[in-house]
Amino acid sequence: MEYGFTTAAYVVAAVLFIQSLGGLSGQESAKRAVWYGIVGMALAVAATLYGPGAGNWLISLVMVAAGGVIGWYVAQKVQMTEMPQLVAAMHSLVGLAAVFIGYNTHIELAVVQAMDTAAQEAATGFAATLVHKLHDPMAGALISILRVETFLGVFIGAVTFTGSVIAFGKLAGKVDGKAKKLPGGHVLNASAAIISLVLLFVYLQTGSTAALLVMTLAALFIGYHLIMGIGGADMPVVVSMLNSYSGWAAAAIGFSLSNDLLIVVGALVGSSGAILSYIMCKAMNRSFVSVILGGFGGTTGPAMEVTGEQIAIDAEGVAAALNDADSIIIIPGYGMAVAQAQQSVSELTRKLRAKGKNVRFAIHPVAGRLPGHMNVLLAEAKVPYDIVLEMDEINEDFPETDVAIVIGSNDIVNPAAQEDPNSPIAGMPVLECWKAKQVFVSKRGQGTGYSGIENPLFFKENTRMFYGDAKKSIDQLLPMID
Amino acid sequence: MKIGAPREIFEGENRVAMTPDSATQLIKLGHSCVIESGAGAKAGFSDALYQAAGVEVVKTAADLFKAADVVVKVRGPEEAEARLLRQGQTLISFFWPAQNEALLKQVAEAGATVVAMDMVPRISRAQKMDALSSMANIAGYRAVIEAGNNFGRFFTGQVTAAGKVPPAKVLIVGAGVAGLAAIGTSVSLGAIVNAFDVRPEVAEQIESMGANFVFLEFEATQDGAATGGYAAPSSPEFREKQLAKFRELAPEMDIVITTALIPGRPAPKLWTEDMVKLMKPGSVIVDLAAERGGNCDLTVPDQKIVTDNGVTVIGYTDFPSRMAAQASTLYSTNIRHMLTDLTPKKDGVILHNMEDDVIRGATVAHAGAVTYPPPPPKIAAIAAAKPKEKPKELTPEEKRAKETAAFKAQTRNQVGMLLGGGALILLAGLYAPASFMSHFIVFVLSVYVGVQVIWNVSHSLHTPLMAVTNAISSIIILGALMQIGSGNLLVVVLAALSVFMAGINIFGGFMVTRRMLAMFQKS
Repeated sequence: MEYGFTTAAYVVAAVLFIQSLGGLSGQESAKRAVWYGIVGMALAVAATLYGPGAGNWLISLVMVAAGGVIGWYVAQKVQMTEMPQLVAAMHSLVGLAAVFIGYNTHIELAVVQAMDTAAQEAATGFAATLVHKLHDPMAGALISILRVETFLGVFIGAVTFTGSVIAFGKLAGKVDGKAKKLPGGHVLNASAAIISLVLLFVYLQTGSTAALLVMTLAALFIGYHLIMGIGGADMPVVVSMLNSYSGWAAAAIGFSLSNDLLIVVGALVGSSGAILSYIMCKAMNRSFVSVILGGFGGTTGPAMEVTGEQIAIDAEGVAAALNDADSIIIIPGYGMAVAQAQQSVSELTRKLRAKGKNVRFAIHPVAGRLPGHMNVLLAEAKVPYDIVLEMDEINEDFPETDVAIVIGSNDIVNPAAQEDPNSPIAGMPVLECWKAKQVFVSKRGQGTGYSGIENPLFFKENTRMFYGDAKKSIDQLLPMID
Repeated sequence: MKIGAPREIFEGENRVAMTPDSATQLIKLGHSCVIESGAGAKAGFSDALYQAAGVEVVKTAADLFKAADVVVKVRGPEEAEARLLRQGQTLISFFWPAQNEALLKQVAEAGATVVAMDMVPRISRAQKMDALSSMANIAGYRAVIEAGNNFGRFFTGQVTAAGKVPPAKVLIVGAGVAGLAAIGTSVSLGAIVNAFDVRPEVAEQIESMGANFVFLEFEATQDGAATGGYAAPSSPEFREKQLAKFRELAPEMDIVITTALIPGRPAPKLWTEDMVKLMKPGSVIVDLAAERGGNCDLTVPDQKIVTDNGVTVIGYTDFPSRMAAQASTLYSTNIRHMLTDLTPKKDGVILHNMEDDVIRGATVAHAGAVTYPPPPPKIAAIAAAKPKEKPKELTPEEKRAKETAAFKAQTRNQVGMLLGGGALILLAGLYAPASFMSHFIVFVLSVYVGVQVIWNVSHSLHTPLMAVTNAISSIIILGALMQIGSGNLLVVVLAALSVFMAGINIFGGFMVTRRMLAMFQKS
């Protein structure tokens, strides 16, 4: 039977997807893991086309091909620094697709319910599945559940859609990156959520199209307003959260379509995004709720006064220190991505390593605008991954390090997190670069970081400020390393 | 303005307050420079070098004092020099106003401004002109060299064909700038270095220089640190404890370098005669506090003596002067920084801003009046750090108890969650139809598998993970494919659009992941 074959294919595809995610535990196995994912996807699509419910093959294939060409083109063209916005944009597509499919379910259900018995018997494809449900002895409960599932799918999908669009805009610099809220703030979100909840019960009872439409609008608003209220450095959490949402939307749709593979993959993606958000929050020592509610919370007392002055240094000074140093740790941040300095940093690393110096990179979990953003940029610039280390791996090594270079990061190297209990970032794990014998900070100007708090690191005795665009600064250094 | 440096007339003073280098920098500030002939000779700077740097050379001190608007010196002025100072002239040098009140009064009445380098407040901004620190650094280094010169053995331990040499054991008392410099020098020479200080917060600094901190068991009733980063006098009980500890250390130590000073008081006597007697013949004591009476009972200022039991006690007071070239370079840089602050516009015009904490603190005579002592600075000096509370060492039993407790808590948590989750699912199962439950079980298991799998993903691959999950979340295409065969046109259109969007995602997501992963390479 066709159906049995489809299910079997789904089982294989599900295993392949799990393998694909599991393979990401190492750089080498990851290269193989992507192929598992690709094969899994191909198998799933083929089986579905072959299985029940599918029709209009021509349209399907044309659409897949058209989408594929665009996807291929974008994937080839995208700059690695633009990864965050690409990922956000793709999430929005999944969200919108979930909304459409949810609506389709709603429409089909209405159509099928309006049919007479003969027509129902004659129904094919997806409609047949629905007919099957209608004729079940527990039809009432099944239809209710179906409605809840559809409703949830549309809701999550809609939130994901507008949320991702805004996140894309912010990451691409098309929308102002600062946290912004409409007057009313979270009350607006809460009331929109309550309206949606009320509409769920209305929809459950009546199956009214209007309820679904109004809820969709409310959900679109929540997505928009929620993400507008979150800014800058919290973006890694937002992107992984949206990633999670897109998974849950797929799972909800899977329930409504009784498709196990959708449920499995949706759950995998959903939990993956949730874990990433959790890791990011933990790296900032903030609760998920406080990130979502936006901005840094109020301080509990006056911030510790920063004394001293920021002492600037020129390229010759930095180069001399680098030439003398044996061990060097580089701490890249979002500023490196903005200045597109990764190639220059890589070149610097290559030169220093050629001289037998121990050069390593320290990556804070929330450096950049996407989980793992810095790793990808450094990999693009051909920095070998075995010298790129995580915070926990390298933090103890700073006291034995001659030179630490901070390139475009700020809050993740802020000693106030450990020294000042009143600081808004108190308790956040940070890279303890000030313990190195000398610290150079490459920075555009004297401004503060995303959290808007002063960074005592810049005033420390062993810190020298290397002002200027990161790429230009590093390029200046290159000829002086001999 | 014209800045002039006379020859130091103090007996045995080799330093000079202006070097050709610092003169070059001063000229950049818009000043002109003048020097008395032969002023730099003892520090290794000939008149020719000064002339090459654009400095005018005059024959006598009198000529210099007449020519210069600002006189820079190392030692405070002698009577004869003080008489040469005139109305409106500025003198920058060490002055020790507390000990030289009469001289200060005389200079103030003459109408000259005096900036005392020893009065520069100890705040971060003023570090660059803190001549006491730069001189103390040299003294600490030179003390070790001087000790080595008088010590008959190696510093470092060696095993040679001609026999084994034990490493020298060094004790440094007082870990201020000089003490830390001495620690650094003796550590780098290979000695085993112990260091003591009454301020517990410097333990970290001592250890960071590679020495052992001599720990004193004492109730923390008193903190040895006063503000300003200097030590305060200690209580009699504490002193007794301290001396007992030194007595215990004395027989083992080969070299003792004492640097203990308390501001405004004679140096505390920390190394008593009986301790010297306990020491081995050939040992060396260098007393850096000799100028203020010395930390050692037997110190004779400016002299090197050898005791009956063969211990050398060095009480020189001119360590920086013994390294005149280095000391002059550093001191003249301190002076130059001071003049930079006094010339805010870099136009060669001195602006004596008495509102500035640093300038106010260092100025002891200005506009005909004595301005010493200065009011307390607006910015607090280096705060006396609170001694860190050491995390309590746990006994093995406590540790085990803690682990057991943690394990129990974890077990409770897990069992609780399993029971709670299980109950919820069972409850759902009572009401929901079987077909829903079968999907639900798939869902729960998938979440579980997802959590287990994702925890293992390495941090550096988080971006590829997002791209891959993004690609596979377009599995939603299945839903669209299942609906696209519908008879309803609207459904077909929406489904087709969904297929199209998911298609972008599938190809885009996987392609970009592959691109990213291909970039990761081993070195």
